[in-house]
Amino acid sequence: MPTTDHTLDEILSLAASHFRVPREKLTPDDDFFKTLGIDSLQALDLLTRLEHHFRIELPDYELQGVSDFRTLAQRIQARL
Amino acid sequence: MKEFKGQTLSWQIVNGAVELALHHDPCNEIGSRTLEELETFTKALPDLCPTAQTLIIYSTQKAGFSAGADLRELYERTRRMDQDEALGGVREFLLRIHAVMNAIDAAPLTTIAAVHGVTFGGGFELALACDIIVADRMARFCFPELRLGLIPGFGGIPRLKRDLGNAVVRDLLLTGRSFNVMKAQQIGLVSQIAAEGEALTVARATASQVGKFDRMTAIAAKKFMKPIPYEELKREIEIFCDLFSRPAVEEGLRKFVENEGPQPYLP
Repeated sequence: MPTTDHTLDEILSLAASHFRVPREKLTPDDDFFKTLGIDSLQALDLLTRLEHHFRIELPDYELQGVSDFRTLAQRIQARL
Repeated sequence: MKEFKGQTLSWQIVNGAVELALHHDPCNEIGSRTLEELETFTKALPDLCPTAQTLIIYSTQKAGFSAGADLRELYERTRRMDQDEALGGVREFLLRIHAVMNAIDAAPLTTIAAVHGVTFGGGFELALACDIIVADRMARFCFPELRLGLIPGFGGIPRLKRDLGNAVVRDLLLTGRSFNVMKAQQIGLVSQIAAEGEALTVARATASQVGKFDRMTAIAAKKFMKPIPYEELKREIEIFCDLFSRPAVEEGLRKFVENEGPQPYLP
């Protein structure tokens, strides 16, 4: 199973690539709504991409109140 | 009326398929204007059927197929009314939208929902009224109503029960969680998955195949396979109206509408 750091790195790479933000500008504790400049619908789009990428199901209620990449990675890690 | 261009939706016949496009900003929220235009569409169906074999419903909005009922309009309209008036307005809206959904459900055409992105609440219910759901890889489905103190009101539970096992229906409804297209296919809601941005293309190919068959046979088969659960649909309206009159619903709607954070208010 990949480590949480590895999962976090994959999340940052996927977010950077899809939302066209330089990877080096994203850090684990960033508020992804602000850093990526996304709204709730785009956040759902990101969630769907992450589910496809990691081949998991991540109910959106587990992400209520989550806005940083590190916590997002922990939630995903728990489903791997 | 062979074609129509409205404020929230349009339709035309393309290669034997009626193509109904939803194009209401931001994500095809279903409020009074959309309802009126859907009623215009269902009234036009008898004129469309002789020259068409199929109906494709799709969205031109980037965010998705439909975010469901227009909760802002519902909140703004009902907050200024006394409870009886508000409940009367909600009941009338539900009866009208049910008539639309039932007409689409029973249409003597093979109906295909080509969905992408957000397919939530009333939007999901519109897709469920169709015979076939073709979904883009990025489609996401949800019945969030219980999170706001309500049940789906546009025919969602009876139509979900028609298509799925009750255990799955309970999970989707009682958690109010959204789920992706892989899950939707796994549980039997979505029959075909299209690449990102290709749901309409796949729906057109499906419509082209469907259009080769004798219409009377297709209509008879559809009637046999897809009975409309009228009694449960009526019961849904009663339960929705009972729940709607509770203060918890007004509070849930208020929090949802007034929330300005990046994430929608959903408990």
